[in-house]
Order: sequence, then C-alpha cells, then structure tokens
Amino acid sequence: MRDGAVLEASDRGKLAFLALAFGALALYPLVGGSFGIGLATKIMIYAIFALSLELLVGGTGLVCFGHAAFFGIGAYATVLLSPGYDPAELAWLLPACVGAAALYALAVGALSLRTRGVYFIMVTLAFAQMAYYVVHDTPLGGGTDGIYLNARPVLGLVPGGFELRGGLTLYWFTFGALVLVFAFLAVLLRSRFGRALAGIRVNEQRMRATGFATYPYKLAAFTISGAIAGLAGFLFAVKDGFVNPELLSWHLSGAVLIMIILGGIGHLRGALIGAFAYVLLQEFFKSEAIFGEFSRHWLLGMGFTIIASVALLPHGIVGIGRQLAERRARAARGGGKESADEPA
Amino acid sequence: MDAATFLIQCLNSLQYGLLLFLVASGLTLIFGIMGVINLAHGSFYMIGAYMAYALAPVVAATAGGGFFTTLAVGFVLSIALGYVLEWAFFAFLYEREHLQQVLMTYGLILVFEELRSLIVGDDVHGVKAPPLLAGTIPLGDVMTYPVYRLFISGVCLLLALAMWFVFARTRLGMTIRAGATNREMVQSLGVDIKFLYRVVFAAGVAIAVLAGMVAAPVSSVYPGMGQSVLIICFVVVVIGGIGSIKGALLAALLIGVVDTFGKVLLPQAAGVLVYVLMAVILLWKPEGLFRAG
Repeated sequence: MRDGAVLEASDRGKLAFLALAFGALALYPLVGGSFGIGLATKIMIYAIFALSLELLVGGTGLVCFGHAAFFGIGAYATVLLSPGYDPAELAWLLPACVGAAALYALAVGALSLRTRGVYFIMVTLAFAQMAYYVVHDTPLGGGTDGIYLNARPVLGLVPGGFELRGGLTLYWFTFGALVLVFAFLAVLLRSRFGRALAGIRVNEQRMRATGFATYPYKLAAFTISGAIAGLAGFLFAVKDGFVNPELLSWHLSGAVLIMIILGGIGHLRGALIGAFAYVLLQEFFKSEAIFGEFSRHWLLGMGFTIIASVALLPHGIVGIGRQLAERRARAARGGGKESADEPA
Repeated sequence: MDAATFLIQCLNSLQYGLLLFLVASGLTLIFGIMGVINLAHGSFYMIGAYMAYALAPVVAATAGGGFFTTLAVGFVLSIALGYVLEWAFFAFLYEREHLQQVLMTYGLILVFEELRSLIVGDDVHGVKAPPLLAGTIPLGDVMTYPVYRLFISGVCLLLALAMWFVFARTRLGMTIRAGATNREMVQSLGVDIKFLYRVVFAAGVAIAVLAGMVAAPVSSVYPGMGQSVLIICFVVVVIGGIGSIKGALLAALLIGVVDTFGKVLLPQAAGVLVYVLMAVILLWKPEGLFRAG
C-alpha cells in the first residue's frame, strides 16, 4: 500500500492531465460554436461509453466485443419509454434506461462469463448480434429506419427543472455525467472490489485459490459496465433525437474497443484520450475541405490509421512516453534488438 | 410442407452449411494453428465473390476461358494475396495479445471494404452460373432443383476431404499440427515454421476466396457481404470449438439447417435463431462441441 499523503511523480502527472482535460472541457463553451459544442458532446458521450468498456477490458481483463448492445439498449429504451409526443420525466427515464441496459448486461454476463478468452470475445459479439436482430427485424424497433424521439425529457420533479435540450444544457449534463462516471470508476478501481478485479485480470486461478468467488465479481463488473454504457446510450439518443439499429451494430462495438486500445488499455484516462482521438480522426478523414471527393472513402484512412497504431503503438497513446523511454534506454545500452537476436 | 419442399430445404441447408464450413474452416485453422483471431476473414469471402464478378470478363478476354478458368485464376491470385498479407500484416501479430489482433484485423476490414468500393463501386451485381451447370433437376411433379447448388455442395465436400487428407494423412499436415502444439520445438528440428505458417495462412485465404467465388452465382455480389458471413462463421467456430475442423463441419451443418428451416417456418425470428442456438450450446458446453486438443 502506498502512503496516501505523498503523491508519486506519475500520480502528479496524471492529476495534472485530468485537471487540464476537464478544465478545458469546462471552459470550452466560452469559445466553441454550436458545431463545436455538438462535437464535444459527442466526444464526451463516447468517452463515457469507452470508460464503461475500460472497466471490463482494462480493469477486469474481460474483452467484450458486443458492448454496443448495452449502448443501443439504453438509447432504444430512451425512445420507447418516452410517451408519444409528450416529454418524459428525466428523474425516472434516466434510471429506467440505465436499468434496462444493466438488466440485459446481467443476463448476458451470467451466460457469457461461463466462457473465457476468445470464446468470451465471440460470445459477447453473438449476444450483441442477437439484440441487433431483435430491434432490426421486429416491429418493436421500427426496423432499419429507426425511431424518432419526439420530445426531449424534462426534469420536473425538483424546483429549477429544465428540459434536456440539445446544445448547452445537454453539454453540461453530459460533462457532469462524464466527471461522475470517471470519479466513480477511479474510486471503484481503487476499492477492495477493484483490487479483486485486478487480481482476476492478472491471475484468476490464484484469486480463486485465495478464496475469492471470482464469478460474482466478474458479473458485477459486467453489469456495472453495461449500466454505464446504457447511460451513454441514453445521452446519445437525447442528443440525436433518433435511434436506429446501427447503435447496436458490431461496428460500434469494434469502434469503442478501438477507442480504448488507441488511448491505452489499463488507464482510465486512456479511454478519454482514445474517444477524443477517434472522433477527431473520423472528423478529419470525413472532412471535405481536406480530402474533397475522397472524403466519401473516409473509412480507408481510418483503417490505415488503426493498422498503423497497432503496429507502432502497442501501448496506445498513453504509452508513447514509456515507449520512447524504453527505446532510449535500449539505445543507451548500445546495440539494438537485432544484434541481441543474432546467434553467437 | 410436402416431401419435395422438404427435400429442397434439406438440400439448401446442406449447401449453405457446407459453404459456411469452407469459410469457417479457414477461420478456425488460422486461429487453431497460429492463434490469431482474424476478423478480416469475411473480407476474403467478399473478395472472392467480387473476383468472380470482376475477373470473368478479364479472363474471358485474355485467356478466352469461362467460369472454371476464372476459378483457377482466382485461386492462384488468392494464394498470392494470402502470402503477401501474412508477410505484411500478420507475421508480427503472433506474439501480440488477442485484443491487438482484433484491432488490426478490424482495420483491415475497413481497408478491404473501401478498396472494393474504390475499385468496383457499391452496386449489387449478379453472376451467371456457367452454362454447363445452369440446368435444373426435376423433383416431384412441379418442383425443380438447380444443378449449380449441387455443384457448390460437391466442391465444398471435395475441399473438406482434401483438407482432412492433408492434415491427417500427410507429412506436411503432421508438421503443421506439431507447429501448432510447440512452435519452438518444431523450429529447432529444422522446419522453417515461418514459411509453413505463411503457407497455412495463404491456404486459409484461398479457401475463403474460393468459397466466395463459388457462392457468387447463388448469393449475388453486394457490399458488406463479407461481414454478415464473418459473424455467422464466428458462431460456427464457437459452437464447433475453436481450432477444431471436425467441430466446424458439424456446427456449420447445424447452422445451415437451423437458418434455412428457420427462414421457412419462423421468418420473423430467423435472424435471432442462430444466436439462440449458440447460447444454448454454450450453456451446455462452454467450450464448444469439440475442443481442439
């Protein structure tokens, strides 16, 4: 255990980064136009989504490849639980949406946690596809066209209530949610529960040998993660005022995995950085001002960027510093990797 | 459902199942032997189908050949493609975590899809079955069954047999199996394991491409076709047990039956049925039907 009173240098760096990042997000509305506010809101929603996955992948060592299902269920619940043309009450709609996603995560987790490794990756993918086909093929989800959210939810239960409109209100609401989720996960991962998850990630067998029933821990992490993803889905549905089956597609599951890998697995701030980098890259390759006609093929640029980042940044953006330091250390020792591999 | 319809659906199930097996076998091989999760495997199927569409005029103009020459040319090209891809993108992935393999191959899917869109566009195309196989066989009084679908089943069975023979009965297959168990040991016995892996990878790619080419006249050629096949093949591989060819065959046939009859009997739920099947099987056997040794 570290002494709580003394912060290590790396901790100070982390705190400085977070203060800077959240400070910048808090000040952004002073300078950002309506497009910028919308984009920043989207990035923050994806950051919440990525944080929820980071709890599983980085925190517990469970690679979920169907996380979009929880996101999509949160979003669909927002629309389906809103009464026709009247605004819904935020105070119960939000918990209901988060609860719906959590419930589905509990069911999926209970089944898929029986498997491990690659099986787990593929089983979570298959469960997400199942949810995808349910909203895609049944009348419930409105098919490929999706459904519109006719009225944004309103907080009316407490004095000083507001309508959760797009624009600044939603920006602040999302910002608050992001800070809360980040703080919650940071505390959770440092708690006894989080330590148990880390133990499961490193060596599950040994955790069991020391007397931890690992299954309930993993299931709890999976459910919490699904609930947070549902929160992100709720915010996304309110932001766009529209849901379609693509919110549950495996492309989105892949995209959110890419965000956390791009940022750097094993660090909560990696999820923030990754969501930021991913959305900005997407905007960059989609920009007609830069690529003209070719911006139609923006996925090509994304694909090459992803491949390059796997090849060149095995520890993500967060790990660049460490990677450079290691390289310098190797160079200082004299003789690169190649000469070490040469047979004598 | 009368007897003739039932027979037709059975044949369709068999043909679909065998086709799935071809694509899934490459996926399970590459995983079982090299330990790489290859999300881009569905793209090879897509590339195959587009080859059947785009290569045919080129081959007809230069070599004057028909459908079968196109198949042969496509097969050779796909082996070259697999060989180069392994060298460029996969060779360094073996020591990486599964997560990075997922990411890398996801990137490859995006690249393949966009290159396809750049080269041949986003339209849906049909491919004609060769005149030799364009006929139908009468079943009962009014029903008929296309010869070409039987041809697909035949090709798939032949390839499955060939695969089994190479793996179980030849020295090459033995070396490959040994390499999957202990890479370093086989290497120290003087086998060029890197080359061997490259060959296995190329074979996996070629089989998926061939499956795409053969399927093109039945399924038509459309953007995104690789991804729907990929996801179903994942289900096949998971049900069968990752790395097990025998399991992949059984699972593919099972899914062929469930999917084909599901579409006939329960059209609303057809999309979900396959995944329900998978969930049930994994509840019963969390590591699939056959676990690779």
